[in-house]
Amino acid sequence: MASRPRDAAEPAGQRELLSAGDVARTVARMAHQVIERTTLGAPDSPPVVLLGIPTRGAPLAVRLAARIAEFSGVDLPTGVLDVTLYRDDLRRRPTRPLGTTQLPTGGVDDRLVILVDDVLYSGRTIRAALDALRDAGRPRAVQLAVLVDRGHRELPIRADYVGKNVPTSRSEEVHVRLVETDGHDAVLLQRKEEQA
Amino acid sequence: MRHLLATEGMDAATATAVLDTADQLKATLLGREVRKLPTLRGRTVVTVFYEASTRTRVSFEIAGKWMSADVVNVSASGSSVGKGESLRDTALTLAAAGADCVIVRHPASGAAHRLAGWLTEAGTSVVNAGDGMHEHPTQALLDAATLRERLGALDGRRVAIVGDVLHSRVARSNVHLLTALGAEVVLVAPPTLLPSGVDRWPVTVSHSLDAVLPTVDAVMMLRVQAERMHGGYFPSAREYSIAYGLSEARLGLLPEHAVVLHPGPMLRGMEIASAVADSPRAAITEQVANGVHVRMAVLYHLLAHEEEMA
Repeated sequence: MASRPRDAAEPAGQRELLSAGDVARTVARMAHQVIERTTLGAPDSPPVVLLGIPTRGAPLAVRLAARIAEFSGVDLPTGVLDVTLYRDDLRRRPTRPLGTTQLPTGGVDDRLVILVDDVLYSGRTIRAALDALRDAGRPRAVQLAVLVDRGHRELPIRADYVGKNVPTSRSEEVHVRLVETDGHDAVLLQRKEEQA
Repeated sequence: MRHLLATEGMDAATATAVLDTADQLKATLLGREVRKLPTLRGRTVVTVFYEASTRTRVSFEIAGKWMSADVVNVSASGSSVGKGESLRDTALTLAAAGADCVIVRHPASGAAHRLAGWLTEAGTSVVNAGDGMHEHPTQALLDAATLRERLGALDGRRVAIVGDVLHSRVARSNVHLLTALGAEVVLVAPPTLLPSGVDRWPVTVSHSLDAVLPTVDAVMMLRVQAERMHGGYFPSAREYSIAYGLSEARLGLLPEHAVVLHPGPMLRGMEIASAVADSPRAAITEQVANGVHVRMAVLYHLLAHEEEMA
């Protein structure tokens, strides 16, 4: 499945879970699932908004919207929802820089909001996102789309759309790389000890 | 960041981080019905003001409340300060009562530094909200935020600070911060209202407002601080106003894009003409609005991270 030659800048001790081609195919499949689940384009379908969670959820939401437009002809509004101010671990880490929040025109009230993130792990980011969303308005419903679900949930949260389920150990890290933020597309699994 | 005591010595990276946080907070709260963030829930912020203030104290209080901190206001009159309690004892009392952050304004230069020395061990952060004629760092940060909003990056910009520089902590904080952010500062004031040693500041000095105005991207008018003046610094208010006041005619000397700032409270007709203060070139109300976001950002950088190992 590894179609891309190993990047010399990537350290050893890591394995490619998804190649650039796999990422594209995965996003396309998720787009089809969103169209089907939300009955997009049907007369009684709810208005849908895609909200990416920074950093990499934001470009993923834009890509997902592009594929959805391509497959269904429906242009979904996208936005960015930073959850840093709602995190429960702020006092356990050095100061976190805040990300951008940019809600689509018309906000989230009475819309079906699909949160988009790169990796679903403990579920704490999504818990924070739900709180942030509550302050932004009152969506009709909230769904979750993630490129990778790596397990180890610490809260009762699950994703509605999963690109790839990856059983991992807590001693491993999953890194999503996207052209928009990192210059290339890939999903990598890395043992923590190898981290500098 | 442990304390915020001065902009002197603050590097561009630290200042930019705080300003970026303020921008994001502003964007986050824009157009929202509920302007409340849970970020500082359970933290206690105490403001202690030994000098009169409207905007700074209110701005800090709103900033703390919008971040969900518990905010307690102490004023010198009506507290044990009036009974003769020393600054140190008041500070230790507040720390013992559970303050995570003390925001202090004091007429003595250096008061915030002394307070920080006493409170570091207790783990309490100190913010200088103005100490005598020394510094007022959050004012400089909110001025920088306003200028960034109007002008973009400050690197290479030229800013005139006009008026009573001698008594102005706002001027001192702005000189250091603007310089750190890459801007060039020119002070315009009568010789009697310039501090001694100004030749060692990273600024140029002029006594002619008319000559400077066409060359700047922003002009910051300072209030003439009569309460700190004991003696004749200039012949008359009218003469000061003619030489150093920003009149409507002078507004025309500024480049098209240039911004007018005033830290408030303004003396309309003295250092700034009423029509100038209300013109679209003036960013005075934006300064106040940005003040809340900047102070939220300061509280975030002081209180929302793990304990630093001393």
